[in-house]
Amino acid sequence: MKGLVRRVVFYVLTAWVAVTLNFFIPRLMPGDPVQSLMIKYQGQLSADAVQSLYVLFGLDKKTSIWQQYVEYWGQLFRGDLGISFARFPTPVSEVIAQTLPWTVGLVGVATIIAFLLGTSLGTFLGWRRGTRADLLIPATTFFSSVPYFWIGLLAITLFGVTWQVLPFSGSYEAGLIPGFSWQFLGSVISHAVLPALTIVISSVAGWILSMRNMMVTVSSEDYVTVAHAKGLPNRVVMVGYAARNAVLPQISGFALSLGFVVSGTLVMEQVFSYQGIGFTLFQAVGAKDYPLMQGIFLVITLSVLAANIIADVVYVLLDPRTRQEG
Amino acid sequence: MAVANTAAASEQVATLPLDVSAGRKKLVFLRNAKSFTGLAILAFFTVLAIVGPWVAPFDPNAVDPNNALAGPGGDHWLGTTQTGQDIFSQLLVGTRGVMIVGFAAGIIATVVAVIVGVTAGYLGGAGDESLSMLSNIFLVIPALPLIIIITAQVRSNSEWTIVLVIALTGWAWGARVLRSQTLSLRGRDFVEAARAMGESRFRVILFEIIPNLTAIIASTFIGTVIAAVLSEVTLAYIGVASLSDWNWGTVLYWAQSSGAFQQGAWWWFVPAGLCVALLGMALALVNFGIDEFVNPRLRSTGMNAATLRKRGIRARVGFTPVVRESLLDGKAA
Repeated sequence: MKGLVRRVVFYVLTAWVAVTLNFFIPRLMPGDPVQSLMIKYQGQLSADAVQSLYVLFGLDKKTSIWQQYVEYWGQLFRGDLGISFARFPTPVSEVIAQTLPWTVGLVGVATIIAFLLGTSLGTFLGWRRGTRADLLIPATTFFSSVPYFWIGLLAITLFGVTWQVLPFSGSYEAGLIPGFSWQFLGSVISHAVLPALTIVISSVAGWILSMRNMMVTVSSEDYVTVAHAKGLPNRVVMVGYAARNAVLPQISGFALSLGFVVSGTLVMEQVFSYQGIGFTLFQAVGAKDYPLMQGIFLVITLSVLAANIIADVVYVLLDPRTRQEG
Repeated sequence: MAVANTAAASEQVATLPLDVSAGRKKLVFLRNAKSFTGLAILAFFTVLAIVGPWVAPFDPNAVDPNNALAGPGGDHWLGTTQTGQDIFSQLLVGTRGVMIVGFAAGIIATVVAVIVGVTAGYLGGAGDESLSMLSNIFLVIPALPLIIIITAQVRSNSEWTIVLVIALTGWAWGARVLRSQTLSLRGRDFVEAARAMGESRFRVILFEIIPNLTAIIASTFIGTVIAAVLSEVTLAYIGVASLSDWNWGTVLYWAQSSGAFQQGAWWWFVPAGLCVALLGMALALVNFGIDEFVNPRLRSTGMNAATLRKRGIRARVGFTPVVRESLLDGKAA
């Protein structure tokens, strides 16, 4: 029970920190960003947009910082993240609602594939240590030190331009009407292949390496020796005894590496012009659309938190020891 | 508890004993093929960072319309951009920015990690609780979006702003590893003895704890530098960092925005990415070297099949052969 309470406190605190960072970052910036924006847009901003900007940046001098903070929380609970002014007058929450499913779908599927693939390869490599299979290790080091987006660029050059086998821009063919038709679904899938492949290639290395190292550690445990002594088949010992225990840190590592994977994926969307939340974030940065940027940061952080909670629950389901603790 | 459970793998590496006679082993660290290769590549890039702008054959900004989008060869070793700028020179000049930002951010983040991690581990109690909570929060919040929204709003996007932002978002992992190692050192006899002799808390930390953390601090530092280099190149690539300073990410930014890959101009973006990969691999190799130096079990893990067979070591399930790097008779591996 105590562990559970601590986790809940941790998540609530993290969410609070994210929201508070989001509130204070624009307010700590020097100068008057609204003035410079108005100059940049040269009177194209409506009075409403200017007012919402002043509120966002806390330059609304009529209220104290504390009042603004309370008001900000009130807005959040109503799901109001402000109004995007590059896409004026669309609310930020609406822009995010359109783009988030694409990212969650792409990152979710790619991450799960990478996790499963990496964990099984790592199991094998850790078990067959000291054989030719070890030659794979330098390759994993290479892939974990290159930026995600560069692999994306290579993939575009090879598959998209040179061989022209796969589409490399957007998330479905222009001109198709989104809906549950085979044509549309096929188009979505073929557009997702390259980005997903790139994410899998660049993130699988980390899973392989950590699973392999855990297998090496676990394989010298007594219960593995006992299983061997009982004369169980090698395969059974590998999967049922060693891998089963080695996979636990993988699950908890899943939570931590997710922030990293998400960061890599954001840039990936930019490379592939994939209309997810990352692509929108970069458009917002380009257009200096502060409300949209802030909103996206908040949503990304909260999604990562949600994924962490899921990983926690899975961990408790997999490891009986954590259930006994309380 | 579940917080402490996470990342058990790397902390396990960290909690293995370090207190074997360190002096004689310095040479072993250099004799290790991995760390030697890593340090050699690192030295190469450091030299480039220092002399790069002087030895660059062309001005990286110089436009030469007659030689636009030329492939590698001739005067331009790595070809030219759409406006005829020399890519080799751009990479040479850009090395300095990458190295400075990477190492400066690494140093700042490591200092923060040592302060937070060691304090948390040594103090224990409520102080530990709140400091670990803080580092866990920073671990979970995705760093890149945070870096992006900060740098997009700061008006002066100088290299130093980027350094500070990367450092302030990148210290948490190191703090966590250092905390768990400090926790295990705190109860050791020599620390107890120092405390019993009435040494001040500050002195115990500085002269008893920190020296025993050297290897882990070094590997934390290198891990942070890798992350900082990747973040910096990414920031430059998406155009958030200032475009007036050349670095490898800036080269990639121009390649992307000029549609280099639609035109098949692979020489524009392949070398820059390879540079990042090479630097990252060099740092990772040094880190493997440190790991093997600290944890003898990993020495055999790092060897390939042929070496193991040659040395008569049979890796089999259930046993981890410990390779002694012939300390006594001085024979190199």
